[in-house]
Amino acid sequence: MNMVRSHILVCGGTGCTSSGSQKIIKSLEAELKANGLDNEVKVIQTGCHGLCALGPIMIVYPEGSFYSRVTPDDVKEIVSEHILKGRIVKRLLYQETVQEGQIKSLNDTEFYAKQMRIALRNCGVINPENIDEYIATNGYEALGRVLTTMKPQEVIDIIKASGLRGRGGAGFPTGLKWQFAANQPAGKKYVLCNADEGDPGAFMDRSVLEGDPHAVIEAMTIAAYAIGSEQGYIYVRAEYPIAVARLKIAIKQAKEYGLLGKNIFNTGFNFDLEIRLGAGAFVCGEETALMTSIEGHRGEPRHRPPFPAVKGLFGVPTILNNVETYANIAQIILKGPEWFSSIGTEKSKGTKVFALVGKIKNTGLVEIPMGTTLREIIEEIGGGVPNGKKFKAAQTGGPSGGCIPASLMDTPIDYDNLIAIGSMMGSGGLIVMDEDTCMVDIAKFFLNFTVDESCGKCTACRIGTRRLYEMLEKITSGNATMDDISKMEELCYYIKENSLCALGQTAPNPVLSTLRYFRDEYEAHVRDKKCPAGVCKSLLSYEILPDKCKGCSACSKVCPAGAISGELKKPFVIDKSKCLKCGACIEKCKFGAIVKK
Amino acid sequence: MAKRKTEVPFNGTKEQEERLKAVIEEHKHVEGALMPVLQEAQEIYGYLPMEVQIMIAEGLGLSLSEVYGVVTFYGQFSLNPKGKYKVNVCLGTACYVKGSGEILERLQQTLGIEAGGITKDGKFSLDATRCVGACGLAPVMIVNDDVYGRIVPDDVPKILAKYA
Ligand SMILES: Cc1cc2nc3c(=O)[nH]c(=O)nc-3n(C[C@H](O)[C@H](O)[C@H](O)COP(=O)(O)O)c2cc1C
Ligand code: FES
Repeated sequence: MNMVRSHILVCGGTGCTSSGSQKIIKSLEAELKANGLDNEVKVIQTGCHGLCALGPIMIVYPEGSFYSRVTPDDVKEIVSEHILKGRIVKRLLYQETVQEGQIKSLNDTEFYAKQMRIALRNCGVINPENIDEYIATNGYEALGRVLTTMKPQEVIDIIKASGLRGRGGAGFPTGLKWQFAANQPAGKKYVLCNADEGDPGAFMDRSVLEGDPHAVIEAMTIAAYAIGSEQGYIYVRAEYPIAVARLKIAIKQAKEYGLLGKNIFNTGFNFDLEIRLGAGAFVCGEETALMTSIEGHRGEPRHRPPFPAVKGLFGVPTILNNVETYANIAQIILKGPEWFSSIGTEKSKGTKVFALVGKIKNTGLVEIPMGTTLREIIEEIGGGVPNGKKFKAAQTGGPSGGCIPASLMDTPIDYDNLIAIGSMMGSGGLIVMDEDTCMVDIAKFFLNFTVDESCGKCTACRIGTRRLYEMLEKITSGNATMDDISKMEELCYYIKENSLCALGQTAPNPVLSTLRYFRDEYEAHVRDKKCPAGVCKSLLSYEILPDKCKGCSACSKVCPAGAISGELKKPFVIDKSKCLKCGACIEKCKFGAIVKK
Repeated sequence: MAKRKTEVPFNGTKEQEERLKAVIEEHKHVEGALMPVLQEAQEIYGYLPMEVQIMIAEGLGLSLSEVYGVVTFYGQFSLNPKGKYKVNVCLGTACYVKGSGEILERLQQTLGIEAGGITKDGKFSLDATRCVGACGLAPVMIVNDDVYGRIVPDDVPKILAKYA
């Protein structure tokens, strides 16, 4: 291998790719070449670093300088100043890493200090398209140890002892699941990976697949050995093209190295892995629906029992685990179950990855030990709510979850606590909302999602969610009575009790949790015909404040309905009967003279 | 999502048909072949008109109703052709709380079509998508492969003008 004096890591995760990191890599390579540095400096494309809000991200080693929001124009300066002359380009450094003129390590910044990276340990560190880099960080060592020194039951015992629970939402103990499948008579069995990641606003699994695909492949192979399977499938969302491409490369490399396929590690053990693409149906994240989908049918869920461990894909014993669940396995084998179970709370061990998004300063991916409080995540790691607004609620658990109000911010996060406060862990989306978010509107947003995604097989879910949505619509349009609120609650419980799968059983949660903590907001919509957050259009009217209006006419020019009129230099007025409430005027007004009421 | 049968006449070429036949041949004996075949067929034709579904049903020995049932179940399969420029607005939660609903509204106004539709000249089609995983840039809209992040409704006409 060529000795180089400097490594430049450029993030190639979806967040940074969307903000242009491919162009950065191209211009960086060109610039290095132009300066004759291409043999001294190595450019590496990595997976997600977590701080997606600051993308495109570049880290220059050995100094560890963390450059954020890099543009192709900045690249020239970085090469000529930093690489050539050894002068760090302070202007582009992530401000948190600069303190009183000193540059501190990335790991000491608030964003990273409270994090603990197990599932994400290689994300942003290695080149995911190069198996050697994975192997250099102890990759495939766990598999080697399992295949050459352990019996299948020993592997299962380790996973059981670690206390690892499924990261896909429900939190089922992983070791127990493997045990059920292992107990089935020998024969054809399957190992599946759920990479469908349907929760809107969540991208943890995508980041693992993009940043460390071999971790999932290694863990699936270990699982296959434990339950006695020779064939696996990874079911990935088709919306994740980069993840799919990196997985394909990783599978190919693993096969070339004899780490996948026939006679792995010369032990006579065989395991093959195929990728199957989803096609945009949320319900296919549900385990039985996912299997029906791989079989080539409409992805409708099946009755359980029989459970997949007994009768799963193509009718044979099958285990299905989430991407993040798998990303923990090799580390548990290498470091021991005691190490893993020493992290976290009594019933939830290890760490959890969250996609921290919405009204938050540091949007991105964070991995925290279980038991960390919401306040620590939002205020310390996330840097709080931007623009001086007030935190209102955090939503977890996607369309099956709930909204957690400010008063519960000190709850330690684990599976059981979240359920107790009316939400759930889900796969790890954590959406922060501020005072400008209407809680009734958010409940409606999620119900709209479930109405769309209900597969239609059972009546309670198919029709119930639609009726529920219509009730919410009635409230947000100001046509509901107080009676409707209690009717709505009743319907929620009916849907929960009578739906076939967890999609329907959890669909009313967004409504129930907002009713529980923000009932006053519902009542304001119904009784006072007001939307306190100023979101629900039918309940709003736009007004121009005469004392702030300078009469510049910018608003009347932009109004698509011709609803604004007035004389130059005198306050303008809005004709409410013509106003479409599109908000174009508010965006245009430089003086903050237009308000929604 | 609009699942109506399209009024646009089918004009598949011989070459496309050859490619589809090769795909069917390759997958014929694989368990659960229908999904991968449909995905590749959509790659080849850009959408899945009835004519293509019939070829697939016959090729794989399935009933047309089975094929149609699968096509209409999954949001990613389209019975209608897409525009030259595919405009997608993310309506994932992160984008929604940051105002992507208003972006969609402005797009509908500007293009004069509803989500799921296509402009008369076939230039733009508009879809509301689920989380595309660029939540750090929310709200996000995508035109073919170009991603535009942190946008406000007023950016919409400027962005569309690039493709006019
Ligand atoms: C409607 C619905 C959607 C789901 N979506 C996902 C998903 O996108 N990803 C996931 O890993 N699990 C999802 N699940 C949970 C799976 O059914 C299953 O519990 C999980 O994949 C098992 O893996 P684990 O034990 O490692 O968590 C979903 C469940 C339901 C009911
Ligand atoms: S919610 Fe829009 S990219 Fe995730």
